[in-house]
Formats: sequence, structure tokens, C-alpha cells
Amino acid sequence: MNANALISVRDVKKYYNGGRVKALDGISTDIESGEVVVIIGPSGGGKSTFLRTLNLLEEPTEGSIYFDGVDITDPKTDIDLHRQKMGMVFQHFNLFPHMTILRNMTLAPMRVLKKSREEAEATAMKLLERVGLADKALNYPKQLSGGQQQRVAIVRALCMDPEVMLFDEPTSALDPEMVGEVLEVMKQLAADGMTMAVVTHEMGFAREVGSRILFLADGRLAEEGTPEKIFTAPESPRLQDFLSKVL
Amino acid sequence: MENYTLWKQLLTGGEDIGFWKEQYVYFYQAFIENDRWLQYIEGVGTTIVVTACALVIGVILGVLVATVRTAHDQQRVGQRNIVLGFFNAIFKVYVTVIRGTPMMVQLLIMGFVIFKTSRNTTMVGALTLGINSGAYVSEIIRGGLMNLDRGQSEAGRSLGLGYIDTMRYIVIPQAFKAILPALGNEFIILLKDTSLITVIGGKELVHAAQGIVDRTYEAMYPFFGAAAVYLVLVMIFSWLQGKLERRLRQSER
Repeated sequence: MNANALISVRDVKKYYNGGRVKALDGISTDIESGEVVVIIGPSGGGKSTFLRTLNLLEEPTEGSIYFDGVDITDPKTDIDLHRQKMGMVFQHFNLFPHMTILRNMTLAPMRVLKKSREEAEATAMKLLERVGLADKALNYPKQLSGGQQQRVAIVRALCMDPEVMLFDEPTSALDPEMVGEVLEVMKQLAADGMTMAVVTHEMGFAREVGSRILFLADGRLAEEGTPEKIFTAPESPRLQDFLSKVL
Repeated sequence: MENYTLWKQLLTGGEDIGFWKEQYVYFYQAFIENDRWLQYIEGVGTTIVVTACALVIGVILGVLVATVRTAHDQQRVGQRNIVLGFFNAIFKVYVTVIRGTPMMVQLLIMGFVIFKTSRNTTMVGALTLGINSGAYVSEIIRGGLMNLDRGQSEAGRSLGLGYIDTMRYIVIPQAFKAILPALGNEFIILLKDTSLITVIGGKELVHAAQGIVDRTYEAMYPFFGAAAVYLVLVMIFSWLQGKLERRLRQSER
């Protein structure tokens, strides 16, 4: 195990239906602090499942995941404690529709981190300003466009001051003209040194922002490397085939 | 009053006093003679008491059963809680038995077997209806909790909120809004089902109407009267429910 790794994934397997469906079939990798790991691959290849095992939204059937040196797959681990430090952004935003934007952002800091309302709101407003949505603080999610909702979802996760941000196809549910504004926020985040794991179909983003690319197909880590290597000199036929279709 | 006495004598004497006068006599004797309307009022009073008690019992039971069963089903694999499993099994049997047998039979069993020495038929009726309602309410609540988009609780959990906080702040407020129509429907059924406790001697509205029918040998006005009262009660409740639903919906616009 790499001692510097923030997240260490060791031979993780996720089976469904008693092993007939192998969503993940033995994946090992390390994610170091400050890295932007972009996960690409064909649909059904296990990208989202892999990302979701990192904060245990999916429990691996076998294997271990270490976060900050603690095995979070151990049933005795208090997973809530570790999830605080792993922000997650979903394809469908998953903002809480019955709460204002501000309340969406202050709920967890107040309940989990026991911050005062003033403190939580100050942090939230600062982050909203950063993504240009301070004027929406008292609106409800439904009153915002998809792109705006996703930007809120990102800063909602940032309110917890996470050590790593997980993105599960953050732009896949967006209208094309809104993809840019969300990617822009993610680029800023990467530039600020945030550790990120991103599942995406945006090859431009992967190439430009990614420090390392994981190519997942059929539940296996078929190839990994720098964007340079993955996009200009792919080795496996599976990856070559995939790239010929998406580029 | 004088008209009534005269016409009634003629009517019982077998004379034809005309359609409208005849109706007047029947109406008068069903509601006004001997202040009989008071009996309906008393009956409605019992009906409302039984409904209210049964509602409280039903909601408490329903929430309890739904909470345990949902919590049981949403446990992490490999961390099954034995106590939760035990109660889950018991509650499953409860829901199956209650939903699988007729309300009327449940009342007969409670009234004539389990509480056969009790004279307080109102409370036996309320208890039976409450236990019955609890099974349905629990399924309504459970459906609401389980049907909410999984992404909502995932978003809560991924922010570090615990299971209970996620339920309390994220799932339950949204599920409540979603199940309100079904709960209202269950309440209406409950209100009307109180009429069944008359079979164990509960002195509610139908019992009052039945008593008057027995004394006057005329069924139409007492039963129409009872039906009208139920209808009015249900309409008032539906109106209140509609107001609440509109109010809850507003918060999202």
C-alpha cells in the first residue's frame, strides 16, 4: 500500500445476483492527495459503481478501501465519519427540493460539524459567491436551471470542507449549453488543488484537467495512465476501440 | 305540532293524507318527536370520539411499524440487528393478519371473544379500529419512505449525515407530502368504518338511527339522515385536507 495515498483501493469486487453479474471484478488503485483522477469507459463498464464504492454508497462484495489509512469497508468503521470528508456530486444533482439553496448547504455543516447557523451561512454564502449564485440563496432548487443546480450541488459538498470530491457523471443530465459552466467550476476546483475523482464522458475535460486517467471496461481496470499516454498512445485494443468511438 | 298529531292519527288510521303530508309525518317522527335529534347528536359524538381515538392509535402503530420495517430493510449488509429483525417479523405477521381478515370479523372477535366482559364498547371499537388502521397506515408510510428517490438519501448520507438525521430532515418531510393523499383516504375509510362497531353494541350514529327505526318502523329518514351526516363530515375533512396539501405544495414554488 502506498503510504501517501489518500484513498487506496485493494482488489475491490462487486457482484450482483450471487456472482452472475460482475460489476467490478478486482480493481486496485491509489488516489493521492491533489490528484485529479478521471474515470472513463463504456456504459455498464463499472465506472459509477467504482466511484460509489469509494464512499461506500455501494458496498464491495470483496476487497478493501482505505481512506486516510482506515479500512472503511470494515463493518466496525463509522462510515458517516469518513463520508463527511468525501464530497459527492451526482448526475441528477440530488438537491433537497423542500429546502432553500442556503438550507441545502447549511444542513450538514450544522448537524454534522455542529457549526452555528451564522458560521454555516457565512461559509455557504462565500461559496455561492464563488460560483456566481449568491442571489439564489433563498430560492428553491426547482427555480434554478440544471447547470445552476449542479453548481449548487458542488458547493454544497464543499461546505463540509472535504478532503476529496467524487463526481458521478456531473454533466450527463445537463443541457449542452450548461455543461461548460459546471466544468468551469470543476476546473477551478482542480486548480485550487482539490483531490478529485471524476466519472465523465467529457473527454476534453479528462485530457485538460486529469492528472491520471483510469479506463474501466467490463468491471476491470483495463488501462491507466496520464492523459497524454491514454489519448495519444492507448495500448489495449479495448481502449483503442473506445476512443475511436468517442473522439 | 298540532298538524303532526292530527296527521299522524289519520295516517295510522289508514287514511290517505297525501304524499307531502305523509313525508312530513315521517320526517317529524324521525328527527323532532321526543327530541330524537339529540340521539343523532350523541351518536355523532361517539362516532367522532371513536374516529379520533382510532386515528391516534392507528398513526402511532403505523409510524412505529413502518419505522422498524423500513430501518430493518435498509440496514447495511452484514450488520443485521437481531432486535430489529425480531420486531420486523412480528410486525410483518401483524400487517398480514390485519389486512387478511375483514374488519367486521376483527370487531366480532375483539368484542365477543377478547373483551367479552367489557361493557365499554366505544373503547373496544376504537381500539379495534385503531389496530386495523395501523396496519394500513404502516404500509402507506413504508411505501412513502421506500419510494422516495434513492438519490435523496444518498445525497444526505454522502454529506456525512447519519441514517436518523437523513430520515428526519430529508426523507420524512418529502415522504409526508407524498403520502398525505393516501393518509387522508385512510382517515375517511376509518371514519366511515366506525359505523361497523354497532355490531358489538357501540352506540354511534348508525346505532342511534337503528334505534329510531326500531321504534318508528320507518327506515328512510333515520338512515338518510345518518348518511347525510357522514357525507358532511367527510366533505369537511376533504376540504381541510385540500387546504393543507395546497399549503405544503406552496413551499416548493
